[in-house]
Amino acid sequence: MADNRLPFFAPGLDPGPSFADFLRHVAPHHLPGGGLTGAAGAVAPADMPHGTTVLAIRYADGVVMAGDRRATAGMMIASRRIEKVMPADDFSGVAIAGAAGPAVEMVKLFQTQLEHYEKVQGDALSLEGKANQLAQLLRANLQAAMMGFVVVPLFAGYDHARARGRVFSYDVTGGRYEEMDFQTQGSGSIHARNWIKAGWREGMSADEVVELALRSLFAAADEDAATGGPDPVRNIWPVVALIDTDRYRRLSDDDVAARGTPLLSGPERGGYAR
Amino acid sequence: MSMPFYVSPEQVLKDRADYARKGIAQGRSLVALECERGVLIVADNPSRTLSKIYEIYDRIAFAAVGMYNEFQMLRVAGVRHADLKGYSYSREDVSARELANAYAQTLGQVFTHELKPYEVELLVAEVGVNGAPNEMYHILYNGVVVDEQRFSVLGGQAEQINEKLKESYTDGIDLAAAVRLGARVLGSDGEALDAEQLEVALLDNTRERRAFRKIKNAELRELLG
Repeated sequence: MADNRLPFFAPGLDPGPSFADFLRHVAPHHLPGGGLTGAAGAVAPADMPHGTTVLAIRYADGVVMAGDRRATAGMMIASRRIEKVMPADDFSGVAIAGAAGPAVEMVKLFQTQLEHYEKVQGDALSLEGKANQLAQLLRANLQAAMMGFVVVPLFAGYDHARARGRVFSYDVTGGRYEEMDFQTQGSGSIHARNWIKAGWREGMSADEVVELALRSLFAAADEDAATGGPDPVRNIWPVVALIDTDRYRRLSDDDVAARGTPLLSGPERGGYAR
Repeated sequence: MSMPFYVSPEQVLKDRADYARKGIAQGRSLVALECERGVLIVADNPSRTLSKIYEIYDRIAFAAVGMYNEFQMLRVAGVRHADLKGYSYSREDVSARELANAYAQTLGQVFTHELKPYEVELLVAEVGVNGAPNEMYHILYNGVVVDEQRFSVLGGQAEQINEKLKESYTDGIDLAAAVRLGARVLGSDGEALDAEQLEVALLDNTRERRAFRKIKNAELRELLG
């Protein structure tokens, strides 16, 4: 943005309530992956930071979203404290796995997109509308994804029209799939998913579902080198957020520590026969 | 050979100003009041669906009187401008002052160069955080920006309403008193407007990020007492 003039559009060129379309008109270089797709034949470097395990689970009042705190760059730990679960708006959240840089950019654009729509149009999008918007952003990232900058998010939120939580998953092409009850994504997702599958039932309370989310993340960290486990020494715990009629709220680290610590004496202790 | 008529620039601008003022005077007025909870905006607006007060950004509101289609276009351009700035720099870098400048540029440009001036008056308000002062910019149809304190009045009856506010406005007024004051000064013959005739919004200084919220229905009736 070079000048301080207000943006106006001729009829027919107006981008409407879409911020991404507006950006495409006035500052395409600010789009996620805008700098990547210009480099012909470029391939994502192997030591680029990657986010690992995230999950979303439906419960009685809404959905819980959670993610471990590790980002890896090849065999290295790129970050111990990355946050991969973020609010999309007041009643929905997005969790990211894959190439951390483009993913964080995409979430920022997604958040702006939802708020922009709400302000321009006067009403928030429906939950399904939000889910579709994210699919479109992923589709726009396809070229970068083919070069290795793969971003695979989970989207979940509280649907006021249906009075329940809903969970959506995506593939790199922007394919959007609604899940019945839960989904996981990222390198440790299989372990987390199996653990959830064994413990999930209809109508769980918030406390029960947070415990299930923490257990499954701990299980994933136990089996997957790229997923960060609980770290009581540094006081690093997974990010856990609840979304229900009372809006998106991230649990405090102290709260998660208090809920997570008792779980560490369970099966996760493991050990070998001597 | 016919000579084109000469019209002095003074006359052209005066005619345009008269035209714009006449258009604006037809509409209903609105007031913005600094209060203990932030910046309150009260508009005389009986419509349930067509608004005059809007959210632009985290701590910035927009209000307008005059031609609906013209201020809508300006409002949407303001939202785009602010969202783009916040997206490409940082959320903290979006300011009411800069936005008011951008509006002034546009309105001034249209006033002098286009056939017809915009028949609108705008208010761009920003609520202060952590003890910073609130800001209220009143932008006229010709691009003149007035930086106002305590209260600001837009619309055809601005002069009378300003007089009334000068008498009854007190610094640090609480929210309920500010809502009642707004309803009273917008009404005529000492008769306050009721909840059905008002559109009310607050830039709430107790809110974390998005300070803007509408005050309506039961909450509005309760504040009006």
